[in-house]
Amino acid sequence: MNTSLQYQSQAVAKPYFIAAIGLFVAQILFGLIMGLQYVIGDFMFPEIPFNVARMVHTNLLIVWLLFGFMGASYFLVPEESERELYSPKLALITFWVFLIAGALTIVGYLAVPYATLAEMTGNDLLPTMGREFLEQPTITKIGIVVVVLAFIFNIGMTVLSGRKTVVSIVLLTGLVGLAVFFLFSFYNPDNLVLDKYFWWWVVHLWVEGVWELILGAILAFVLIKVTGVDREIIEKWLYVIIAMTLVTGVIGTGHHYFFIGTPEYWLWFGSIFSALEPIPFFMMTLFAFNMVNRRRKDHPNQAAVLWALGTAVTAFLGAGVWGFLHTLAPVNYFTHGTQITAAHGHLAFYGAYVMIVLTIISYAMPLLRNQGAAATLKAQKREKLSFWLMTISMVVITLLLTGAGVMQVILQRMAEEPMSFMATQDSIAIFYWLREVAGLVFLVGLFTYVSSFFVKDSEVSVTDYDLPPTPKNS
Amino acid sequence: MSERFTKSTARNIYLGGGVFSFLLFLGLTVDTMERLPERDNRENITAEVALGKKLWEDNNCIGCHTLLGEGAYYAPELGNVYTRFGNDKQMIKDMISSRPVEGVEGRRSMPQFNLSEEELEAMAEFLKWTSEIDTNNWPPNIEG
Repeated sequence: MNTSLQYQSQAVAKPYFIAAIGLFVAQILFGLIMGLQYVIGDFMFPEIPFNVARMVHTNLLIVWLLFGFMGASYFLVPEESERELYSPKLALITFWVFLIAGALTIVGYLAVPYATLAEMTGNDLLPTMGREFLEQPTITKIGIVVVVLAFIFNIGMTVLSGRKTVVSIVLLTGLVGLAVFFLFSFYNPDNLVLDKYFWWWVVHLWVEGVWELILGAILAFVLIKVTGVDREIIEKWLYVIIAMTLVTGVIGTGHHYFFIGTPEYWLWFGSIFSALEPIPFFMMTLFAFNMVNRRRKDHPNQAAVLWALGTAVTAFLGAGVWGFLHTLAPVNYFTHGTQITAAHGHLAFYGAYVMIVLTIISYAMPLLRNQGAAATLKAQKREKLSFWLMTISMVVITLLLTGAGVMQVILQRMAEEPMSFMATQDSIAIFYWLREVAGLVFLVGLFTYVSSFFVKDSEVSVTDYDLPPTPKNS
Repeated sequence: MSERFTKSTARNIYLGGGVFSFLLFLGLTVDTMERLPERDNRENITAEVALGKKLWEDNNCIGCHTLLGEGAYYAPELGNVYTRFGNDKQMIKDMISSRPVEGVEGRRSMPQFNLSEEELEAMAEFLKWTSEIDTNNWPPNIEG
């Protein structure tokens, strides 16, 4: 019996969070391999060529963030709905199915050449593989659909038969959107232009669309809990933020339709709407700081508060500012497909999605581990240190990749006598070396983070004065 | 936020703005689909080009290269490789087929994919077709 939890079925979130953290560690290790391959080209070649390392790095990211979103949903929906989860058993079954399918896919990437994997898994029957981020075998994609549908069914039944809050409805909307847009991954026409056009319906409409609804809902939930600010105020902010997300982000898809064969008017639609995409992120920053400043209590879990504020700020920097840097068509003409894109991708994913998952884990884990409202001060101190190590090193990685990208644009795209791609890469190697060093610091930060869960301390754990008075099921 | 700005106002902005955005996006998509045939040179998508795209995917080429600026940034842009190689399909085929199995000491090297002559031809045809898409004049120069 976990006395820290309001609803016992929230406990199913725990394996999801643990799996997320484990896969996160693996993701970073492959990131470091790739980073080294940028400067030592034959590192691990031909056993793990760059394309394999990259596929593992990006796919692990997607999978562990999905684990994080699922864990977050299983944790927060019972509290919002004021009832136990519809089926904790189904949640555990889908956990194992997703973990095993994910692990097998990664093993497949590493064990055999990609073309062999495509052949083994019957890619010829319904070819969906070999497109960026959607490299999973078709059978894995079908597995993802089944798992996500079972997950949404479970969450949906809980939300719809319990108290309906703005947080849970927005979360559910985001999850349904995630499932719907993933279906476009099964559309792969022979015409590359059409392929690319609808590929973005998965990729862009996920990360600059429906995932922001999930992000907003999780952030709102945590802010309600740690600040004690009236739910009405927080929900109003949430509506306005996600309204701006959709108004700017949906047509903002057009910033990917500049140079792939689509009509010229997308240069205008894409530039104008995506230039407004920082607005919802800026509002999110205002929102988070405003709520914390207006807090009606000091929650003992200060690490969670730090993560929540950090998410808002870093998402604004990475998604907002670094997105804006290269989103206007006349700029993007020169920066498209350079290290500038990589720089933006890293800080945006870290700031928005990695950090929101770490925020909810930070808030939920002490409760899931029955430690009361917060981990010990010593453990929190360790966790905060890891926050700074990871966040600062990711900002440094972003700055270095931006430097590499600017040099690349100048040497390869703007010079009177442009250099070839490979010659350019050689001349900007110093940025990649420094990036690898920053990556190692990130890894240290990540180990620090993991170790914060194992801090042993004689000190009494932080009081649970902040807990709701009576757990419903005791 | 001011008290007169109520939660239901906020919700209506969200719902209205969201629905309007998706409808506008769908409208633009319909229009784009009508205009694409003039730009994507689809009349030249032969069975060979389609096979080339399939091979492109089955060997995860996008895991290192960019194609029309999208993909990984580890190896050269290939949307215009046909023109960069002087409109010479043979050069593309030679480049792919000549990669050393064990790579090149200290350097980035493309893996040896062991493609057949027919497959090499299909790959080259696919890259030739790709170079003929109207991309609003991107990339800025021949280096990609």
